[in-house]
Amino acid sequence: MAVNYIYPDYEVARNYDKCINCRVCEKQCANGVHEYLADADKMVADDAKCVNCHRCVALCLTRALKIIKSDNTYRENANWSGKTINELYRQASTGGVLLSSMGNPEPYPVYFDKILINASQVTNPSIDPLREPMETRVILGAKPQVIERDKSGHIINNLPPQLKLSMPIMFSAMSYGSISYNAHESLARAAEELDVLYNTGEGGLHEDFYRYGKNTIVQVASGRFGVHPGYLKAGAAIEIKMGQGAKPGIGGHLPGSKIVGDISRTRMIPEGSDAISPAPHHDIYSIEDLRQLVYSLKTATDFKKPVSVKIAAVHNVAAIASGIARSGADIVVLDGFRGGTGAAPTRMRDHVGIPIELALASVDKRLRDEGIRDRVSVVAAGSIRSSADIVKAIALGADAVYIGTGALLALGCHLCRNCHTGKCNWGIATQVPELTKRLNPDIGYKRLVNLLNAWKHEIKEMMGGMGINSIETLKGNRLMLRGVGLNAKELEVLGIKHAGE
Amino acid sequence: MLKEGETRIPSGCAISGVIDKSGKRMNGEAMIRSIAVMHERSNGLGGGFAAYGIYPEYKDYYALHLFYDSPSSKKECEDFLERHFDIINLSKIPTRKIPEITDEPLIWRYFVTPLPTKLAASGLDEREFVAKCVFRVNTRISGAYVFSSGKNMGVFKAVGYPEDVGRFYKLEEYEGYAFTVHGRYPTNTPGWWGGAHPFALLDYSVVHNGEISSYDANRRAIEQYGYSCTLQTDTEVIAYIVDYLNRKKGLSMEEIAHVVAAPFWETIGHMDKKKQEYHETLRTIFAPQLITGPFSIIVGFEGGLMALNDRLKLRSMVIAEKGDKVYIASEEAAIRIIEPDLDCVYAPAGGCPVVVRLNGGEQ
Repeated sequence: MAVNYIYPDYEVARNYDKCINCRVCEKQCANGVHEYLADADKMVADDAKCVNCHRCVALCLTRALKIIKSDNTYRENANWSGKTINELYRQASTGGVLLSSMGNPEPYPVYFDKILINASQVTNPSIDPLREPMETRVILGAKPQVIERDKSGHIINNLPPQLKLSMPIMFSAMSYGSISYNAHESLARAAEELDVLYNTGEGGLHEDFYRYGKNTIVQVASGRFGVHPGYLKAGAAIEIKMGQGAKPGIGGHLPGSKIVGDISRTRMIPEGSDAISPAPHHDIYSIEDLRQLVYSLKTATDFKKPVSVKIAAVHNVAAIASGIARSGADIVVLDGFRGGTGAAPTRMRDHVGIPIELALASVDKRLRDEGIRDRVSVVAAGSIRSSADIVKAIALGADAVYIGTGALLALGCHLCRNCHTGKCNWGIATQVPELTKRLNPDIGYKRLVNLLNAWKHEIKEMMGGMGINSIETLKGNRLMLRGVGLNAKELEVLGIKHAGE
Repeated sequence: MLKEGETRIPSGCAISGVIDKSGKRMNGEAMIRSIAVMHERSNGLGGGFAAYGIYPEYKDYYALHLFYDSPSSKKECEDFLERHFDIINLSKIPTRKIPEITDEPLIWRYFVTPLPTKLAASGLDEREFVAKCVFRVNTRISGAYVFSSGKNMGVFKAVGYPEDVGRFYKLEEYEGYAFTVHGRYPTNTPGWWGGAHPFALLDYSVVHNGEISSYDANRRAIEQYGYSCTLQTDTEVIAYIVDYLNRKKGLSMEEIAHVVAAPFWETIGHMDKKKQEYHETLRTIFAPQLITGPFSIIVGFEGGLMALNDRLKLRSMVIAEKGDKVYIASEEAAIRIIEPDLDCVYAPAGGCPVVVRLNGGEQ
């Protein structure tokens, strides 16, 4: 039906002067965009199938390909954008919920981009990280502040289990199943080499990766996939996933087509069955239930593992985080509304939740107002894009951050936002063997190591500029931040002054 | 212009201190001469002294020193004090009119002890009760400011050059076993006496040279524990950290130094296992009390002084000894002027505390 026709958003532009009909683009595209017409001896492309992942562009030997934004347009309308109209047509033709992947792309304010960092001048020297020690080590966990001494008066170590990180960066939860074996291997090996942590997500832990246990956070989510005593004990910490920034208030769904082989075994569910994570944990309908799960997991692991609780940043996030801090959790993870996902209903992703910057600032303040900030560590997630974002997040009050999308970009993701189709041409968000083999973990892990080392250098430079030589004195140090172009209420929530003040 | 506390003003400074380990008392004259040598390090916008052992006749009473903006704030504050304390003695603090010191507030001194009924009803220990009352006056009573609240010690401070401040308060008439002094070089002029240093709470006093980069992290952390940083100065937050760690957490001065100027992780990594565990535990528990950025401080407490530099030693500080006397100053010249013939002079490394206590412990 003509009414269902939607003109492609992007067009494949091929320079026929350069194209040599080598057909690499055709072989590389899992979406079947490119085709060789033998009769005409020429390559053609079906723009409608293109997701703009740039796989063909990157591999075209003669640089004959590029993807351009279509200039086809409806009659301009400030209220009804072309995107809105197209989405409506799709739903009218299918009756379905719109699906999307990766983080919220809509033009909401990015507060990190409206915050500027301080530097020392005259009254306080900046410190050169090439000459002086510059400490980025972070220790996550509850800090009860009760001093105990032995008989001779020496202070003894009475701390509950802690997590030591060489820098305040961890890889976010991304399950085996939503991403490939090779992607998981890259993350695990990078975490080990960098002395940081990666997170299994809700997909269990592949038996090959138990060896990276000390650099692993094992996740327990509402579907409890892959959870057994050996799994809980395998990691350095356990994370209870209550929510995800990209889709607060709903669960997850990994289609049966992806539950094959090792994924089925690792998740402990039959091959081909859908893996449905319910919206709530069905044993957690209130905060006191969460406390029971926290202590069940601690008991199952002999109180040797810190337990983290991850929540989506929603409107009353501060009160929720305070409740979590009083429920025995060692770490609270806040996931902002820009956080990524392998698949989420578009409307949830784009319209539910709040920005991580505001959530983080209000949680840190609430915990301090209640005098319980030291009881938990706070980890910020939900679109941390650079070392500058990390410095800002820590100065707002985070102990550390999680990066997900950034890590995937390092592995080759080009943010085409079509993970839910399972046809990731870069071999990350797919289980198709011909595609997954495109991600070489030997190269992938090295790129992750490069990224985090680069960011660590930049963090040290920024710290040195501020005259700070230990990251713990950056934590919550909001005088080091100033806002630009923010209104009084935004500044109040962020707890920072405006530039020039 | 906003006064101290309403805005944060960085400053450079000079510090000096002396203690006689035998407990023998000396007058404040030497400290005036010492700090005068470092005149260039101040700019006339603040100076002050802390003197220990100066009130032996009232040594069991808290000596509250107060600035008042007006008789009405004095009245309001005295009403408050009378409701909470038994006031044994009160008087104006004697001063000498000199042209260099102007615009002085009303400066009063009270020797007090908490009313037993009030203290019992509060459920607090005596020192916490006094500290809470000090905070109450400083945050709730407009125009009244307690700038000294310890036993057998006192702080004397003003806007002006420190040597003039010393003469203004007739420091030569006070005899104590230890003194510290501070000359201030703020980058802005608040013109408020409460903003001068030393900063003191109970018998803890701090004089400080530097500008700490960890300020807001330290402030926001300590404010969780009932402290309110009304002055927005580094010195205030350092004094509260010392009070918190010593009085509330029971850490010794040496342990406090290992918290606020903790060894680098790399250094800790090279220590033997036992020391490693000690430092790791302290750094982990008290990470928010780590102080970075340049500082040299002299902490005064009952029965002793502690000198400490930031761990990179970004501010000068030397120690000298002569007999029972130990001197601490930003510059060696400030010591030589009062004691040319020294037994030894040395500059302690960054993060290495020098703690000097009276031989007999507390006096």
